[in-house]
Amino acid sequence: MPASTDQRRRNTIAGYLFISPWLVGFLGLTLVPIVGIIYLSFTSYDIFTAPQWSGWGNFVRMFTGDARYWRSVGATLYFATVSVPLKLAFALLVAMILNTRHRGIDLYRAVYYTPSILGTSVAVAVMWRELFGFDGLVNALLQRIGITSEIAWLGDPRTAIWTLILLVVWQFGSPMLIFLAGLKQIPEELYESAHIDGAGGLRKFLWITLPLLSPVIFFNLVMQIIFGLTVFTQPFIITEGGPLDTTNFYALYLYRRAFETFQMGYGAAMAVILLLVVALFTGLVFKTSSLWVFYETKEGR
Amino acid sequence: MTLTKRRIQRGVRSAVFHLAVPLFGFVMIYPLVWLAATSFKPSTEIWTTISQLLPSEPTIEHYVNGWRGFGGVTFTTFYRNSLIYAGFGTVAAVASSAVVSFGFARIRFPGRNFWFACMLATLMLPVQIQIIPQYILFTQLDWINTFWPLLLPRALGQAGQAFFIFMIVQFIRGIPVELDEAASIDGMGRFGIFTRIIMPLVKPALVTSGIFSFYWTWADFLTPLIYLNNPRLYTISVALRAFADPSGTTDWGAIFAMSFLSLVPVLIVFVVFQKHIVEGISTSGLKG
Repeated sequence: MPASTDQRRRNTIAGYLFISPWLVGFLGLTLVPIVGIIYLSFTSYDIFTAPQWSGWGNFVRMFTGDARYWRSVGATLYFATVSVPLKLAFALLVAMILNTRHRGIDLYRAVYYTPSILGTSVAVAVMWRELFGFDGLVNALLQRIGITSEIAWLGDPRTAIWTLILLVVWQFGSPMLIFLAGLKQIPEELYESAHIDGAGGLRKFLWITLPLLSPVIFFNLVMQIIFGLTVFTQPFIITEGGPLDTTNFYALYLYRRAFETFQMGYGAAMAVILLLVVALFTGLVFKTSSLWVFYETKEGR
Repeated sequence: MTLTKRRIQRGVRSAVFHLAVPLFGFVMIYPLVWLAATSFKPSTEIWTTISQLLPSEPTIEHYVNGWRGFGGVTFTTFYRNSLIYAGFGTVAAVASSAVVSFGFARIRFPGRNFWFACMLATLMLPVQIQIIPQYILFTQLDWINTFWPLLLPRALGQAGQAFFIFMIVQFIRGIPVELDEAASIDGMGRFGIFTRIIMPLVKPALVTSGIFSFYWTWADFLTPLIYLNNPRLYTISVALRAFADPSGTTDWGAIFAMSFLSLVPVLIVFVVFQKHIVEGISTSGLKG
């Protein structure tokens, strides 16, 4: 249907009118702020007096003069590289177990998902803190099965980060649901013909499940990495970044610099680095998406 | 013979499944059950009978004591504030996402694909990127200690609503365009098509958006922490953090009671809308 210029103009006006709430927000609350932090990252700014240009000062200080920054980067990377694969492996394993025809699947799925729906709340963080307290449930249960535990889980630099890792792995519910949806898409015949060809469970998993699930795995991976790099509420409440900065994760350290000591310029410089890292991962999704989108359409024929 | 062998094998598998899966599920939710049970224990029992789940004499005193709050502000105020945030935030987020989705899904205009790509790019954007400049902006507008910094980004689609917009757009694209055209021939305007044809058909996506918006606002901690410094304006999450400050209070019963109570609305929504939630995550990858 050939549209007249008049109609086209009306379409343009209507289109921009409909997307205007988002467009105004995008420009004012996302795009300008991104430009803003790039500018602020080159200044020193305490919000009460005007920003002062300091060139590369923040970045130089961050990379060469701030041991806490590097400890924070190290802790965050450790946390993300341990918790994300564990969480996804768990999610996939449970999804595969639940992707069977058994009675009560809906109930089990709901039970497994419950920690995820509550997980980021302050209430659960407070609860977690008391579970792993010196007189908490974990030590009490260990004592009950005969292990006298003298471990201060949250006070020991070796164990504190693991309580947080356990907390996020415990919330494997949403990647699990995404995996479940992905598994349902895999045609049953593929497994049947593989079975006839004599393939065992492991082979079916490696040659059918994993490749066909790769887009979903990739999506989950990226989402969880970004989530892992920006975790805030849990270390803030449970460990307060301690002991000895072992859980002073990136988002927490950024918050402290920017909003506790009002070093907005330094906080902005930290945010710029975070933005670069996240952009790298997001770019990776778009770059590699062509690979697996092609794969899927080929399968769909 | 192979048939019976197969049947036995299936039976064993089923038995293992029905043993292991509930057992592991029980371990998973035990901390939450423990929290709930402990909140009904008398103060003397909370730390002494910790590995014993059920209270010897259940009491609701912690709920009564806890509700009094701190600094002369009760939990009535905190719940009211959380309801303001979650209520207005959710309505604003869903309404604006619906309008924007219609624009992206149904109207052809120059720049559409570009803006849609921009929207998708913000899917992954962590809140830490925007928070410093937004704080400076809202400070200059003198909006500290108001709900505007919490609500405005939601009304303008900048606090995770990209997920909703993406999901609703997918939904609208699944509706045949012929419906719109027929309505248009009957003389219906674009806004009429949006409100009377499309909206009723995408209701499931709107409900899913609403549920997640409620979860996110109810649990949101960072934004109220930064913008609300007056205890009279605290939402539940900020209030709980102040209430459970380890250097301050010692009334652990009250802390557990108020913590559990703050999870109850979320659990109710979860039980009522379970199907929507599962579908929402499965189809759009919404984070829980």
